[in-house]
Amino acid sequence: MKIDKLLVKKVAAIARINLSEQELIRFTQDFKNILKDFSELRKIDTDSVEPTFCPIDLKNIYRQDSVGKCLTKQKALSNTKHKEKGFFKGPKTI
Amino acid sequence: MTYLITKVKVREGIPLVVKDSICTKGIQTTAGSKILRGFIPTYDATAVKLAKKAGCKVVGKATQDEFGFGTFSTNCAFGVPKNPHDLSRSCGGSSGGVAGYVAASKSKVFGLGESTGGSISCPASFCGVVGLTPTYGLVSRYGLIDYASSLDRIGPITRTVKDAAWLLSKIAHYDRRDSTSIKKSAEDYTIYCGKSIKGLRIGIPKEYMRLASKSVRDEITKATKTLETLGAKIIPISLKYTDAALPAYYIIAFSEASTNLAKFCGMRYGLHEKLSSNFNTYFSKVRSEGFGEEAKRRILLGTFARMAGFQDQYYIKALKIRTLVIKDFQKVFKKVDVIAAPTMPIIAPTFSEIAELTPLDHYKMDVLTVPVSLAGLPHISIPVGSVENMPVGLHLISNYLEEGKIIQVGDAFEQS
Repeated sequence: MKIDKLLVKKVAAIARINLSEQELIRFTQDFKNILKDFSELRKIDTDSVEPTFCPIDLKNIYRQDSVGKCLTKQKALSNTKHKEKGFFKGPKTI
Repeated sequence: MTYLITKVKVREGIPLVVKDSICTKGIQTTAGSKILRGFIPTYDATAVKLAKKAGCKVVGKATQDEFGFGTFSTNCAFGVPKNPHDLSRSCGGSSGGVAGYVAASKSKVFGLGESTGGSISCPASFCGVVGLTPTYGLVSRYGLIDYASSLDRIGPITRTVKDAAWLLSKIAHYDRRDSTSIKKSAEDYTIYCGKSIKGLRIGIPKEYMRLASKSVRDEITKATKTLETLGAKIIPISLKYTDAALPAYYIIAFSEASTNLAKFCGMRYGLHEKLSSNFNTYFSKVRSEGFGEEAKRRILLGTFARMAGFQDQYYIKALKIRTLVIKDFQKVFKKVDVIAAPTMPIIAPTFSEIAELTPLDHYKMDVLTVPVSLAGLPHISIPVGSVENMPVGLHLISNYLEEGKIIQVGDAFEQS
């Protein structure tokens, strides 16, 4: 796998982050150094090992589908500048 | 000194300083990030709510590395806390503001920190205070601005083990609002204080001792001798996946962070821009301006590790290593009750030393705290000695939900 500016640029676009040319150069070098170091993991045989997504056993939690307490519309909108008629207002999608 | 981002005037109650990534009703909560400047939560995190119910009053929100992304509390958007023992040195991270405030305070104050890869233990060790990270799921994460959901934990930072035990007793409750909350009845952890440790088996991992500096190692050896004098049985042990835990931890933490931070896009809270372009341009603009350098680096690396074509090689591989790390600990806990090791490999470094480190050097400083973080095991850092007049922390680790044992050993040392 080739780690270069093109790859980091592609990742940044997916992550919705604009990078300056300086940042792009710096992060490309960081990617190379960090991923080279992390590639040590390849030496460990994990063929018969299951992945652990959470350190404790999780079970599905069910509840009655009934109306409960939740944030009021006023509270939910209290931290945004972009609101209109009781709704969040977002940027253009189409 | 910059320990607090937001100060609150209170007249009575037990003073409580809270890491800024934990939501406090009506008090600005930024998680140390510019992207959340001005965010006022409309509710308290469950841990804060329970601490208040027990008589605590929030006196301030403490500085931290942005979203917890750091080992030295130097990636802070709102001021870098300085170590009260030596102002040219770091408080440790990422709960550095909490630990620094608790250590510097002239009167008794309790702290609520948060750890993803050692962010309670590290600053506790560097500042010479007690930091207790409970079993994953014991304290609700509801109201915590998450870094990595399968790793994040809220826990006490205090002056004494008994205080930490008291605060944990108050905040450790099942919470239906956190899907990973453990269903367990409340427990009074202070009853483990004052108990003899005679006959308790304490394991010393050779890999952890090897990774610590000689001066820190010497202090830890002295501390384990004290525990032996108190009646504990010291047993050498080995945790062979210690080195592998570090890259595995970072890959998982980056991956989870990159998804958790996707919600910060300038619509519902925090940094806003003028709505003048399409959603892609708008979100990217807000995120590029609001996130600091380390946040961007971790988001990018996490996005990469989860991408099609790389996911098995990085993310899934790391999750499999996590399984091996957990098995490693479980094997050891058949032989010992508690593991004792250095919390950090070094004492608090100076800011000029930190400035010389690369991002990878920073990550490597967490080598002793990330294995236990991956496993979700309870651990406590207690001050046991000093090097160059700076505190050294001893890390005590126990099996799941056996917080009582590390409190018992920590308190016994403190009282000796």
